[in-house]
Amino acid sequence: MTAVRTPTLAAVKLVFKRDLTLAWRRWDEVTQPLIFYVVVTTMFPLATTPDLSALSKIGGGVVWVAALLASLLALEALFRADVEDGTTEQWVLSGQPLGYLLLAKVAAHWVLTGLPLVIMSPIVGTGLGLPTSAWGVLMLSLLLGTGTLSILGGIGAALTVGVRRGSVLLSLLVLPLAMPLLIFGARAVAMQMDGDSPAGPLQLLAAIFFLALSLGPLAMSAAIRISVEN
Amino acid sequence: MDLQSFFNMGGYAQYVWPAYGLTALVLLWNWWAARRSETEAQTAAQRRNELARERST
Amino acid sequence: MWTWFHKLASPPHAYRILGNLAPWFGWASLALILVASWWGLVKAPADYQQGDGFRILYVHAPSAWMSMFAYVVMAVAAGVGLVWRIKLAHAAAAAVAPIGASFTFLALATGSIWGKPMWGTWWVWDARLTSELLLLFLYLGYMALRASFDDPQRADRASAVLALVGVINVPIIHYSVDWWTTLHQPASVTKLDKPSIQIAMLIPLFIMIAGFQLYFGWAVSRRLRGEILRRERNANWLKEAS
Repeated sequence: MTAVRTPTLAAVKLVFKRDLTLAWRRWDEVTQPLIFYVVVTTMFPLATTPDLSALSKIGGGVVWVAALLASLLALEALFRADVEDGTTEQWVLSGQPLGYLLLAKVAAHWVLTGLPLVIMSPIVGTGLGLPTSAWGVLMLSLLLGTGTLSILGGIGAALTVGVRRGSVLLSLLVLPLAMPLLIFGARAVAMQMDGDSPAGPLQLLAAIFFLALSLGPLAMSAAIRISVEN
Repeated sequence: MDLQSFFNMGGYAQYVWPAYGLTALVLLWNWWAARRSETEAQTAAQRRNELARERST
Repeated sequence: MWTWFHKLASPPHAYRILGNLAPWFGWASLALILVASWWGLVKAPADYQQGDGFRILYVHAPSAWMSMFAYVVMAVAAGVGLVWRIKLAHAAAAAVAPIGASFTFLALATGSIWGKPMWGTWWVWDARLTSELLLLFLYLGYMALRASFDDPQRADRASAVLALVGVINVPIIHYSVDWWTTLHQPASVTKLDKPSIQIAMLIPLFIMIAGFQLYFGWAVSRRLRGEILRRERNANWLKEAS
């Protein structure tokens, strides 16, 4: 073999950049989950009570649920275009580790949907009565949580890529798997507000994130191969 | 031990019997569904075979 | 060893063996379940705290056990099918899923019925019930994914990946739910956890679990035979058989 293969890291960077550029051109797809996020969190005070001190008891949980739903929203189409136009097939044949290329796509997706949610969360949280002292923990927990969720969602999106009406199915597959994130994330925020140390649940979130980071690419590439092969 | 007190279950009859009844129901459903899954596949396979045989003669 | 394994995993062989095994499983499970029901409902002494209400344990605990056992069996079968590309393993995973889901539902329903006299409400966000509910969601997701593919091979492999991701997640879910409930509930509501169990109370429980296991074996055998026939409908051995 004399053909020169692109180093894996360079390939991963290329995929990452490409996806960011593509998303830049379809800006509405990036903003939609964000608007959804704000709209959903607005519904809770309207449905329950405008009293901020009462809202603050469930505020962390509400922000977390809304963030989970919003970041799932855009995931369905994550791999679809690339599978349909044959890009992923080229990746499979390229000899590059498919899992890392897919992870690069997920990372780009996270930068475009997960990260804005994290940045928006203090503003949304304020409306739900979360004190400024809880902002740091809220953002840190969401940072770890949306990262894990993007990987879990990436697995779900890879599995449902060839399926009609995939978006409901995707939520059905991914949300049960994301429950531990919700438990630890919302609890971390609540513990901070109660004056306890949130270090425990945050460390657990980090542990789950690294577990997802190490096993996720494996599952994603296995799932994508199913729809690309045969 | 008389029947009356057996059915009464020490006052817990309205919980114990539905729980056992539901268990029986789920077990029966499994029995029925598994049987049906097998026999349906068997009759379908048989029909295919008969059709194939008719076609060959 | 490997030739033996491959022979066993060949569809006609498995079809025949399962057909021979199923009646044994069936009758043995019927006998054990009847004995355990009689023992649990009549012979076992009533619990000093929960009275006769604790007898629900004899159907709740075995179904909860089976719901997790079935998930592990399903995931192992899926993994074997994915790694060694054994079709029979995928068929087994497909056969196990609805049975496991039905046991999960049963564990939830009986747990809720049991909760009513013990807690005063039909539903409490207790660690075990919540884990069981999430397990039901996992089963439903698995079956929904499997049902949404037209091509059975793709359905097999995609759902196998999901089953493996799920089985890694099950302990995490279990742990997180445990942690969550201990934070929210005072320890006094754990009456359901340990009714001071005596040996006389445990014997019928073990008989019932054994009966449920055999019943599971019976139901899987029957369903698996159906799966094999559906998947092998163009194979030659089927034409010769009938």
